[in-house]
Amino acid sequence: MELRDKAYIVGAYEHPTRKAPDKSVAQLHAESAKGALEDAGLSHSDIDGYFCAGDAPGLGMLSMADYMGLRNLRHIDSTETGGSSYLIHVSHAAQAIAMGRCDIALITLAGRPRSAGSSGLQPRSWGSDVPDAPFESPFGSVTVNSYALVAQRHMYEYGTTAEQLAWIKVAASHHAQHNPHAMLKDVVTVEDVVNSPMVASPLKRLDCCVVSDGGGALILARPEIARQLKRPLVGIRGAGEAVKGQLGGEVDLTYSAARTSGPLAFAQAGVTPQDIKYASIYDSFTITVLMQLEDLGFCKKGEGGKFVSDGNLISGVGKLPFNTDGGGLCNNHPANRGGITKVIEAVRQLRGEAHPAVQVPNCDLALAHGTGGLLGSRHGSATLILERV
Amino acid sequence: MSKPFQPNPIVAPTIEAGTEYFWAQAKAGQLTIKACKSCGKVHFYPRTLCPFCFGETEWKPASGKGKVYSYSVMARGNPNPYCIAYVTLEEGPTMMTQIVDCDLDDVRIGQDVTVVFKPTEGEDTPPVPMFKPV
Repeated sequence: MELRDKAYIVGAYEHPTRKAPDKSVAQLHAESAKGALEDAGLSHSDIDGYFCAGDAPGLGMLSMADYMGLRNLRHIDSTETGGSSYLIHVSHAAQAIAMGRCDIALITLAGRPRSAGSSGLQPRSWGSDVPDAPFESPFGSVTVNSYALVAQRHMYEYGTTAEQLAWIKVAASHHAQHNPHAMLKDVVTVEDVVNSPMVASPLKRLDCCVVSDGGGALILARPEIARQLKRPLVGIRGAGEAVKGQLGGEVDLTYSAARTSGPLAFAQAGVTPQDIKYASIYDSFTITVLMQLEDLGFCKKGEGGKFVSDGNLISGVGKLPFNTDGGGLCNNHPANRGGITKVIEAVRQLRGEAHPAVQVPNCDLALAHGTGGLLGSRHGSATLILERV
Repeated sequence: MSKPFQPNPIVAPTIEAGTEYFWAQAKAGQLTIKACKSCGKVHFYPRTLCPFCFGETEWKPASGKGKVYSYSVMARGNPNPYCIAYVTLEEGPTMMTQIVDCDLDDVRIGQDVTVVFKPTEGEDTPPVPMFKPV
């Protein structure tokens, strides 16, 4: 389905908290939703479409719709692909609006892993009836070493170095210094990253994203409604989604599902990676960024290390400014799944509302990408190409 | 640098329906994989229907020999450091495992390894297949 000019992003809000010991997850969802509605100039009763994912507590969609008192819902979608869910939600919301299933769609994400003491170092409690878990959990499979397996193979195949991966954190830190809400505001050097403690070889502590409490929300609206609102319009020009797993044992860690979702989005948008002025690239770990840059076609496979070296991701310095809010690596990774923040910063850039120190001049075309789940075993991937209208 | 392998407690796997034979064979020291009766392809982790064609599957013994496809050493383990890995079996499939009984800092991609079963916590629980350098 053609998405262009069928729906616009009219509201975006990133919850300012990074530590919320005294708030519930549901409260963070609601506060984020309220913030996005205020940004859009819409009200609670206007929402007739709602999208949430696995971070929604209790019965998920049912609990959150009830908690927030959303009485007018005509369309709901709780697609769950980890941190990439919310980018898929944007695509699905645009499709739903285009089909007339709803007029104003709300997407929320929230969580408090920092207060709950949950991180990518801990085994997940999968429970029973999970087909893969008995063949992975006994071996100490956790989030960080799943991504580390990918990094190790990338280094072996292509000669990628720890110093090259470190440049990704360095770039994110250059942006985070301008974000008053960022968890890590200090600019770091390649040496700082490679000398930080080893967590899961070859990934060091500073190769990892922050663990933060928080949330975010987005509002999409039908064009007729969107044009009556006060905010600059952001259009969805192309979208792609994909999943990848262990392929029945034909494990290949050299590529991600972005190899599928990226071309789908570019084809629909009718643009190429060279046309993109700004990119929000999911950065759970430095290796996540490197894989996506290659798989989305910003550089050739195996050349990601060279691409990110010497600051190519730094706004005002390099050819592909990325994650100008500081990203998950330095700013915010709420609910241990930051997908929605990827869209929010892309919206800021397209509106011209990013921090002046990192705003990309004449930013009229941006990409936002999410990678959710476990890159080394099974993950979801979602690509959005967004434009200023 | 040196990180001699030291065992960690291992939580016993949940024995799901359709995988009982795998764990029974593990107790006997034999690694098994599933093969498709229709397309003939072998796969991992085991399914009752083939992930390539949905054909019926049957158990086959595996040699237990393989090569390290990728690995990562967890510096702070449970409580000891450990080396999670993917090992590509001689028969083709790649499986998640750990590399054990060696200096973890010496593990390398492409290294030849062979299966060794390590006990898990609890009574009468099955051991899990890990690999050591040849």
